Amino acid sequence: MNWLRQLFSRRQAYRELSEEIQAHLDEKVEELVAEGMPREEAIFSARREFGNVGLIEEDCREVWAWPSVEDFLFDIRYGLRSLRRSPLFAVVALLTIAIGIAANAAVFSVVNSVLLKPLNYPRADELVALHQVAPGAEGLADFENGLLLSASMYFTYSDHNRTFQSLGVWTAGAANVTGMAEPEQVRTVAVSDGVLQTLNVPPLVGRWLSPADQVPNSAGRVMLSYGYWQRRFGGDRTVIGRNINVDSQPREIIGVMPLGFRFVDADFDLALPFAFDRGKTILAGFGLQGVARLKPGATIAQANADLTRMLPIWMDSWTNGPGTNPHIYEAWRITPMIRPLKQQVVGNVGELLWVVMGTIGVVMLIACANVTNLLLVRLEARQQELAVRAALGAGRVRIVRGLLVESVMLGIMGGLVGVGLAYAGVQFLVAVGPSNLPRLNEITIDGRTLAFTFVLSVLSGLLFGLIPALKYAGPRTASALQSAGRTVSVSRERHRARNLLVVGQVAMAMVLLMSAGLMIRTFGALRKVDPGFADPQHLQTMRISIPDSLIAEPERVTRTQNEILDKLTAIPGVRSAGFVSEMPMEGFGSGWDGVYAEDKVYADDSIPPLRLFKYLSPGLLQTSGTRLIAGREMRWSEIYGLQAEVMVSESLAREMWGTPSAALGKHLHEIPNMPWNEVVGVVQDVRENGLQQAAPEIVYWPPIIKSPFVPGLVYAQRTVTFVVRSDRAGTESFLNEVRAAVWSVNPELPLASVRTMQEVYDKSVARTSFTLVMLGIAGTMALALGIIGIYGVMSYTVSQRKREIGIRLALGAQGRDVLHMVLRQGTRLAIVGVIIGIAAALALTRLMTNLLFGVSAHDPVTFVAVAVLLILIASVACYIPARRATLIDPIIALRYE
Amino acid sequence: MKKPEQRDLFPGALEMMILRTLKRQPMHGYALVQQIKRTSNDVLQIEEGSLYPALQRLLKEDFVKAEWGISSTNRRVRIYKLTAAGGRHLEREVSSFERMLKGITQVLAPGEL
Repeated sequence: MNWLRQLFSRRQAYRELSEEIQAHLDEKVEELVAEGMPREEAIFSARREFGNVGLIEEDCREVWAWPSVEDFLFDIRYGLRSLRRSPLFAVVALLTIAIGIAANAAVFSVVNSVLLKPLNYPRADELVALHQVAPGAEGLADFENGLLLSASMYFTYSDHNRTFQSLGVWTAGAANVTGMAEPEQVRTVAVSDGVLQTLNVPPLVGRWLSPADQVPNSAGRVMLSYGYWQRRFGGDRTVIGRNINVDSQPREIIGVMPLGFRFVDADFDLALPFAFDRGKTILAGFGLQGVARLKPGATIAQANADLTRMLPIWMDSWTNGPGTNPHIYEAWRITPMIRPLKQQVVGNVGELLWVVMGTIGVVMLIACANVTNLLLVRLEARQQELAVRAALGAGRVRIVRGLLVESVMLGIMGGLVGVGLAYAGVQFLVAVGPSNLPRLNEITIDGRTLAFTFVLSVLSGLLFGLIPALKYAGPRTASALQSAGRTVSVSRERHRARNLLVVGQVAMAMVLLMSAGLMIRTFGALRKVDPGFADPQHLQTMRISIPDSLIAEPERVTRTQNEILDKLTAIPGVRSAGFVSEMPMEGFGSGWDGVYAEDKVYADDSIPPLRLFKYLSPGLLQTSGTRLIAGREMRWSEIYGLQAEVMVSESLAREMWGTPSAALGKHLHEIPNMPWNEVVGVVQDVRENGLQQAAPEIVYWPPIIKSPFVPGLVYAQRTVTFVVRSDRAGTESFLNEVRAAVWSVNPELPLASVRTMQEVYDKSVARTSFTLVMLGIAGTMALALGIIGIYGVMSYTVSQRKREIGIRLALGAQGRDVLHMVLRQGTRLAIVGVIIGIAAALALTRLMTNLLFGVSAHDPVTFVAVAVLLILIASVACYIPARRATLIDPIIALRYE
Repeated sequence: MKKPEQRDLFPGALEMMILRTLKRQPMHGYALVQQIKRTSNDVLQIEEGSLYPALQRLLKEDFVKAEWGISSTNRRVRIYKLTAAGGRHLEREVSSFERMLKGITQVLAPGEL
């Protein structure tokens, strides 16, 4: 701690040093006087022989000090003082930086939480999603999830793999919990053995689902999520061992998972064991998500090779039933494409976030350019002070450093304010962020974000400080001191830096406004897309599931649904109602399969392209506003009569038979050798997977059909979305009546996903609107900063040229000429900036191609509109200083000297 | 910033002379300068002030100690004293200086060219 004591006793030591040196000089003087020299001469002589006292004292002090730190502290004190002297400058600069940094910190915290932080599992880098694609299975290409796993694949992979520590399959679903107050539909996750082991998060209370719980027909077991445990049981630890009724089956609670635990990307209330029966498992049924933990050292490439090796084993080990060829799947060309689990969770949002981060970064650059401009103007005024410092012996390096310390300090102070604003910004981002933004609940401002903000503050401080510092620290002492106080007209060279900055700002603003403009065009194009339903605001939807434990007999299920429809239609203000297995964009995941047309010939063993299967009630099309292109809807009487009738989408009709009307009366079936179904209607194409995705080919089935697999078996659609058209949709009183209507049919039926179609629609364009909002904010900030930049530079130029303009006016120039001169100068800067911006935008907007829809990344309309807008606004910004220039009174301007 | 080494002397020479002078007897700054000037027959033209940074460096390394006292001319001065560590340092420096000098002398010796 010696240095610490030194630090505190240093003032004392320096005083002693001065005293000692003074004593030395005194002694010398006295000696010289004693030798007969006059005192005055002796003082001079003593000083001469001693050398520069100030410098020597400084050298002495340097021995003890950490000189760079001392200088640094001095620079900081000096910087603070000079900032205090010009509070207006300080506030404007600080706010500019703070807003820029806040925007960056907020967006970075999202990028960090979503993209950079590892998932919340132990050794999360070993976790992978068992993703696979099947280019040979047409129709599957639409699936974001590729080819999901079947139970038989799970068994094969689990039994024969060499590269995984553990693996399992899971799927998210819903179930009805009854027996506690109101019936409730909860989110479930069904898991095979291996899923919990793979994720490896220990339970908070109780135990995991064990292999014993996965035995078919064993006693029912269930695990709770932390949220459900708190909500339903108030966090009571004695729930372990209690029973709850899940889909009318009693299940024993064996454990609770901790707060924040999710199955990959699925929030859940209950986790249930799959309990697959090996004896009944077939090849097909590709509906399960696979998750695995790699062995230490194993790579994804090795794991892919491992799965590829096991696929033939899989086809040899299982079958789809007697008489089927298990090797037909070779035609699908199933290819494992295992990816890190994090990639699976984050999905395609990464690209969007990086685009947003990039644009916000550009805003920061523009803010820096603005502050640079401010600093340049201020240094112009401070030239004398700098010249004085240089004359007193401060070196160029020292002055540059001093100025940089000042600007970095501005940066850091801006950063401090910025972090405060960023907290608000993050709240805003989480609020406007697309609700399907992964890991939304994990977004926080953490240490890494703070470190990022700090680095950003320092870097931006250096960035906007460097140009002014280098420019003004130069050896121009003499000229600066001479010209002090005289308003000479400034040389062209002096303006170059500021003009360049303005051009740069306009160019960057151009790029950002272009991106925002393209998003606006995308949004416009999306709004023009016919989604396949109309007036979504007045469409009330809700999911109702009828488990077979409640109503076993299929026809009674459909009759119950029919009865609910009747009750719903009877509610005052309801125009019509219907139900369907899934409304467009709901994202519940529907059934897909191939169909064979009667009048077509298919090669043996070929698999026809996959079509989306939907099941709907009469009245649904009319209710949702989906147009019937040809033919008619199915009727209730035919449905209950199990008449083999279907409808098809327009696209499917055109593909198979050329025109919609040609499809009527044609026949198709799902499985060879089963009875044919007659096509009675053709329905307009519907954007099932969102507005940006092409409409899939769809086969519409009645809600109750003869099983295509087992003769004599009847199959009813048990989980359906009810759709009600009413002007009162979404209101609380209406919803109460809807619930009462449903419960008057059966009080055990919970209503899930109660929302209007508008909400579904908004959610499906959430990604686009989020990008639009973000780019809009960035573009507006860029525009505002750019305008301030132009305005500032033009005002300053005018004030500097006051004398010159005065002379022009005195010599007979008209106010109009002066106005034009200034306007021309400002507009020229804007035009150069716009041209550079267009070049940059041509290169950069390509990066956002995937975010665009219905508009090219080089859309000329947007380019022209944005360019014209920017130049116009820039001219307006120049007009105010130009106008002021015309009002200069030549007499006053010239007398000003 | 001026480096203390930018003098006619080689680095460390002034420190060596100070230590050698102090080995004989403790003294204060002014006396030290006069002593060094005298013993070098005024060959070494050192700025009197340059002594002080050197003294500060020696103080920092604990090669000398300083105490306030009264000089022969009856003024309050800081008297510097060689420490044990300073003595050892001096020996080391002198012997390495002598080796160096010997080397230089041999190179400069006439007749070998």
